[in-house]
Amino acid sequence: MSLSQIETDAAGVDATAVPVAPQPGMVGRSPGRLAWARLRANRTAMVSGWIMVFFIVLGLAAPLIELVYGISPFEQFQDKIANNSLPLGYFGGVSGEHWFGLEPQLGRDIFIRLVYGLRTSLFIATSAALLTTALGIVLGIVSGYLGGWIDGVISWVIDFALALPFLIFALAIMPTVTARFYGPRDEIPVPFRIGVMIFLFALFGWTGTARLVRGQVISLREREFVEAARASGAGLFHILFRQLLPNLWAPILVSFSLAVPGYITGEAALSFLGIGVVDPTPDFGVMINKSLSYAQTDPAYLIFPGVVIFLLVLAFNLFGDGLRDALDPKSSR
Amino acid sequence: MLRFLIKRLLLGALTMFAVSLVAFGMFFMLPRDAVATMCVKNCNPERLERVRVELGLKDPLVDQYTGYMKGIFVGRDLGSAQGGFCDAPCLGYSYTSSEEVSDIFARVLPVTLSIVIPAAVLWLGLGIGLGMVSALRRGTVFDRLAIGFSLTGASMQLYFVGGMLMIIFVYTLKILPVPHYTSLWDDPLDWASGLVLAWVALAFLFSAVYARLSRAQMLETLAEDFVRTARAKGLTKSRAYGRHALRAAITPIVTIAGLDIGGALGGTVITETTFGIQGLGRTAVEAVRLGDLPTIMATVLISAVFIVVANIVVDLLYAVIDPRVRLG
Amino acid sequence: MSEALLKVRGLTKHFAVRQGATGAKASVRAVDGLDFDVHAGETLGLVGESGCGKTTTGRMLVRLLEPTAGSIEFQGRDITTLGRRAMRPLRQDLQIIFQDPYSSLNPRHTVGKIVAMPLEVNGIKPAGGVKARVQELLELVGLNPEHYNRFPHEFSGGQRQRIGIARALALRPKLIVADEPVSALDVSIQAQVVNLLRELQRELDLAFVFIAHDLAIVRHFSRRVAVMYLGKVVEIGDRADIYERPRHPYTKALLSAVPDVTAFGEQRQRIRLTGDVPTPLNPPSGCRFRTRCWKAQDVCAAEEPPLIAREGSAQQVACHFPEAVGVTSEHVSEVAA
Repeated sequence: MSLSQIETDAAGVDATAVPVAPQPGMVGRSPGRLAWARLRANRTAMVSGWIMVFFIVLGLAAPLIELVYGISPFEQFQDKIANNSLPLGYFGGVSGEHWFGLEPQLGRDIFIRLVYGLRTSLFIATSAALLTTALGIVLGIVSGYLGGWIDGVISWVIDFALALPFLIFALAIMPTVTARFYGPRDEIPVPFRIGVMIFLFALFGWTGTARLVRGQVISLREREFVEAARASGAGLFHILFRQLLPNLWAPILVSFSLAVPGYITGEAALSFLGIGVVDPTPDFGVMINKSLSYAQTDPAYLIFPGVVIFLLVLAFNLFGDGLRDALDPKSSR
Repeated sequence: MLRFLIKRLLLGALTMFAVSLVAFGMFFMLPRDAVATMCVKNCNPERLERVRVELGLKDPLVDQYTGYMKGIFVGRDLGSAQGGFCDAPCLGYSYTSSEEVSDIFARVLPVTLSIVIPAAVLWLGLGIGLGMVSALRRGTVFDRLAIGFSLTGASMQLYFVGGMLMIIFVYTLKILPVPHYTSLWDDPLDWASGLVLAWVALAFLFSAVYARLSRAQMLETLAEDFVRTARAKGLTKSRAYGRHALRAAITPIVTIAGLDIGGALGGTVITETTFGIQGLGRTAVEAVRLGDLPTIMATVLISAVFIVVANIVVDLLYAVIDPRVRLG
Repeated sequence: MSEALLKVRGLTKHFAVRQGATGAKASVRAVDGLDFDVHAGETLGLVGESGCGKTTTGRMLVRLLEPTAGSIEFQGRDITTLGRRAMRPLRQDLQIIFQDPYSSLNPRHTVGKIVAMPLEVNGIKPAGGVKARVQELLELVGLNPEHYNRFPHEFSGGQRQRIGIARALALRPKLIVADEPVSALDVSIQAQVVNLLRELQRELDLAFVFIAHDLAIVRHFSRRVAVMYLGKVVEIGDRADIYERPRHPYTKALLSAVPDVTAFGEQRQRIRLTGDVPTPLNPPSGCRFRTRCWKAQDVCAAEEPPLIAREGSAQQVACHFPEAVGVTSEHVSEVAA
């Protein structure tokens, strides 16, 4: 082949115009699909993901399970409780009928109470995570993109909220909020308690997401594709939600998936301290609090709820880690 | 450096002021009727009204706030109904025990400090040490065990770990007494044996975060050119890593440690409740149950002071480790 | 010649900065009083070293930055202070191509969505549908129209720049500001993209403000050239005048740095400018180039030379001592020695 031949070839075929992969499948592999493929390849993430799904299904299907299992979470089996208030039989009364045994004294079935506790816990944690993420996204985007004094104020509030001890504030807020709406001798309804808890998590939790989103937005807003949109006459809404938001989903998803186990832990802690959900409602924190007084005589009562909540949080944490690695391959270590 | 310190102190004071406003607003404005809430017996309207006047709840809110703040710095007279003059730092009288709140805190603070300080030393040492060593031995069995440990710790619940420790060491092996508090000055051995489970439980959970973080930081730092250069110019492995890498890797860890103090305070609340030790946290939980507003308010303020002071210390440490910060 | 499409008068941009321990306010005079016109269908090349204010100028022309002073007149209308809504119809005639093909395309949008963005933002519904219009545009810039659904990361740098060009063309503009459109590309690709721009100019009767630091590329593409130094135009004129008969010492120095293959084997002298570009925070008094100029005299520090046509040539030069027409390299060797 002569030199001139190459020249004419080069002139005829414009190298930049040749597609990278000239096969006919014309739908591109989006960054999201690539991340999904990476997630699928991560065995730990997939296993923990399935465990997570299992727990979620269990929580959602609690009434169905009750139907099949045949025991309600409030039913008391006093005939299976000995005089010293401990359940009869081995390891806290584990049997074919009561898979995880019975509670001392009241004799309620631990398995079905855990299934319902799962429901409570997941409901509160997911709602709180959704709320905090939404708040964090909006405030983070506004703060990061607009900058100026708005950013100054929001950033200060974020730093301020991070300096507050959550649990101690929660301890303090819970009774004062309750005292605002209910008299000292009123019965406080469960939905109200749950609502205040979610509100508390939202009040303190949005800062993390907001900080993250703000940082991302600050790095994105200098990109030229944002300028391209502005140069075409795009308004603030278009830039924030059509141009920036699609680039924020990855970190938001990761922070959401790691927020859920955080709130599961937080909810259980508040209930453990007696300021969250209270007794007749099935809940991990309440159960463990009560079980501590039986730690010496009936360790099974502590071990079952303790192990379940550990597995639940572990599955969410591992899945969240896997998700982060899949969405941001550079961060994996 | 001095300018940095002054700036930091001013910012801390501003934060404290904001916290005091928030806390005050929350406690003295929010409840529909604080007096009715805490009144246990003989609550006829007439008596309630008298108590309200005595407690100053009828005064304008600004006066209530300035009165409260004045009490902290110079003390104030709260009237005979509440126990007379209350010396600075006056945090008021407990609604339930009529004891000066500052006296209650003088009693329980050493307990909480006895839990937190040794536990913090333990978890920082354990966490950072584990993370560093596993980064240097990346991929070995030790590394895998360390990763497993930190994953487990990060997903564990404090009360569950505490309960299990009690079941194992106190009730089954019977090698430790039931957790309790003795003053360090009275009997150091009893002090340690009574609190060791609390330290271990806290350290197990909190060190997980540090192990993970310092491992990642260390790996990142080890890959940096300046560490490779240090090795290439003939520094021994321990010198290169110890002097160059460690310094760079520790900086972000210090930041996290600063942010973690709030978590640690929350941790002591759970720890004290789990082990039944009467410290700051358990006092606060009880005050909440009994509606003892002055005690709750004081708990919030004292925790905030802790956090603000600790953050200033962390920032100063940071400035010492990383000279760039001083300019900021 | 007809009325100019774009008329820039006294265009100025100062950035406020805080400096020193006291945080005293100071201003960076990035662009300081530019005057130039661009006519329909022609290309004005804007050249200069990095930091001379050419990118800032480009950003101001499309109103991505607000000018501190001066006016921009487009199609006979002053657009300097128009609000976003009033600006909209004009934006359609005034578009920009960016330097970095990696940051100028939203990584989470498909090519189709990226190219259709200007249509979407302006609520324009093309006759044959958005998709048909986008595919037409992709074809126009030499891309496979079937790649509509692909993502930017699946394309090379040159292809990405073509996508950026297609986006700029979507609104059928009359003037495009091309901000270093090829400087981020491989040299082998640069010519292809420049050729594409030239073809588009011919076909669509586009006017360009072509910003570059590479004199060779500007020469290929521009009918007229403006040379910038520290926020000011030092010389402006037709391509032939600027390249063959440069009169400002700075232009001459820039040109001497361009390797010239036609002069292969000949003894050529490069003018080596000494010293750094002064900071725009505190530019030199009088002529800004005087600190690096071999011809500088007292008058250069005292008096700022106006940008005017001087005897012997058509181009405008801002210099007290412009090079004589047809000067050879004697002067130059003297300096280099």
